[in-house]
Amino acid sequence: MTETAKPIIQIQNVSKRFGKVTAVDNVSLDINAGEFFVLLGPSGCGKTTLLRMIAGFELPTEGRILIDGQDMAGIPPNKRPVNMVFQSYAVFPHMSVADNVAYGLKIAGVKGGEIKDRVAEALDLVKLGGFGERMPDQMSGGQRQRVALARSLVMRPKVLLLDEPLSALDAKLRAQMQFELSELQEKVGITFVTVTHDQDEALSMACRIGVINKGEVAQLATPSDLYEYPSNRFVADFVGSVNIFEGKLTLDEPDKAAVDCPGVGKIYLNHGVTGPHGADVWIALRPEKIYLHVPGEGKAVRAAAQDAPDGYNFARGKIKGMSYLGDITLFEIELESGARIRVSRPNLSRHDQEDFTWDDKVSMHWRADSPVVLLG
Amino acid sequence: MALFARTPVAPLEYSRTLWMRLWVGAVMVFLYAPLVVLMIFSFNDSKRNVVWRGFTTKYYEKALGNDQLVEALINSLTIAALATLASLVLGTLAAVLLWRFRFPWKGAIDGTISLPIIVPEICLGVAFLMFFAAVGWPTDLVWPFNLGAITIAHITFCFPFVTMVVRSRLASFNREQEEAAKDLGASEGQVFRDVLIPHIKPALVAGALLSFTLSLDDFVITYFTSGPDTITFPVKVYSMVRFSVTPEVNAASTLLIILTVILTFIALKALGVKAIAETH
Repeated sequence: MTETAKPIIQIQNVSKRFGKVTAVDNVSLDINAGEFFVLLGPSGCGKTTLLRMIAGFELPTEGRILIDGQDMAGIPPNKRPVNMVFQSYAVFPHMSVADNVAYGLKIAGVKGGEIKDRVAEALDLVKLGGFGERMPDQMSGGQRQRVALARSLVMRPKVLLLDEPLSALDAKLRAQMQFELSELQEKVGITFVTVTHDQDEALSMACRIGVINKGEVAQLATPSDLYEYPSNRFVADFVGSVNIFEGKLTLDEPDKAAVDCPGVGKIYLNHGVTGPHGADVWIALRPEKIYLHVPGEGKAVRAAAQDAPDGYNFARGKIKGMSYLGDITLFEIELESGARIRVSRPNLSRHDQEDFTWDDKVSMHWRADSPVVLLG
Repeated sequence: MALFARTPVAPLEYSRTLWMRLWVGAVMVFLYAPLVVLMIFSFNDSKRNVVWRGFTTKYYEKALGNDQLVEALINSLTIAALATLASLVLGTLAAVLLWRFRFPWKGAIDGTISLPIIVPEICLGVAFLMFFAAVGWPTDLVWPFNLGAITIAHITFCFPFVTMVVRSRLASFNREQEEAAKDLGASEGQVFRDVLIPHIKPALVAGALLSFTLSLDDFVITYFTSGPDTITFPVKVYSMVRFSVTPEVNAASTLLIILTVILTFIALKALGVKAIAETH
């Protein structure tokens, strides 16, 4: 992010209520020019409502939305400098692909020759060159989405809004489109604002992600910050997979901290937390940050784990569940206390999945900088 | 490939079972036998038209030479065309209004809009007779204005059909298309013209066909609203039949059937039969 980054969309204290239901609750956030911004949240969290308010299809009950410094209050959707790609794509079925893409330009009164050039350019951009004469019902879902993309991009909007753009595509195509969308965004330099409930989609495409929960912004961060430094339990749990333990903060100094978690034991950290002493906190620990060992490797484990000033993170348990996913294997391990921990282990060689099986006794360790302490 | 190879009849392949074929055949006979008889006897060389006396086309010449009959036919076609046009506009607007907006008394309007379909025609006919008499509707206008009363009556019972067909089509409209058009800069009017009308086009054709045929063969309501100089085809045929059923009536009816079939065919062709089927 450069220092000249200036907000193209400013959402200021926006709320939206449908009768008694509050869909969006006092949201304030800035979206910078040229960035790929993703609104991520579970279904019904208000993210689509927020997007539709930017497009002008819903009006905020309170607050205001500025696009490029201009207040959008009272400006209808057809006069806003944004374009939207709809979840159903909403390609006009009675028009050819070229006519679909040309529609906005025709309405805007662009001259015929220029329309032709810009339509061809837009279709090339989404890799549909030569498909202009086709009718939408002769195209696949993925192709129709490209038509919808081209139809919006051809208008050269300041912001392109995408509502769950990949939800209707199959897994392979979705992965491919994630790359293509990022690539496209870099190429055209338009600000993209995408709504999705799919964390993979958000992490892979976004410059910044706004996680929305119950109409409020739960966290606003880059993908890696969101994953590695979640600021609350909702984000930690919603983005990626996580073990969460409840505990009490018993030690909190600038260079070390410890949390006493009933059922798991003491968890050591090599940095301070700055929370009130004795407070109830939660520990979030990602499954891939836990190392799994055969018991008896004790010494090596101890050496590896010896990175916290006051102790090391270590646990023993028994494998209660296993699921082999090819690239990784997921384990569910029951500690002596009965608590369960999820651990994922990469299958680095072709026989790694044979190392452990059900009911094996195992030991685990994790580095002192892996656990995240959550105060809320 | 064996000459007598027959694939066995699949469980749901009813069209290949004997009883189904017989049944379909019986239905066809029931539906079309009267029409076929009517057409055949239009070529009958007999005044009484009860027994077959030989082939002739002279009754077609006679029918086409019957000025009153031709005038009645022209009246009927004019009324049908006008009523169809007006019903399409009115019916479509009503359908869009009921589908798109919320307003006071919507439920009541929604419920009563199809009343002209439900109310027995005879009641509607009497109602129109009394209404036009009460308002003192002029009966001595020049053609085609003398058809005004009948046309208005026809519009009344035709446009609810258009509304019904268009509404059922509107139910399948994806509102995101409307939003997409607006998002691309279209005004309400442009959305209507460029997105909504193309979507309901099959319903418009179906509605037009319905209106046209309903208007063309309406007898009861027309009988009550027609003046002395405004005879329509069905009314004229009725008055001819009252004296005797001559092959001339058959010939005229056959011509009308052919005309309707051709019109329907053109309309379906213009749109593709598939689109009509999609309406429901």
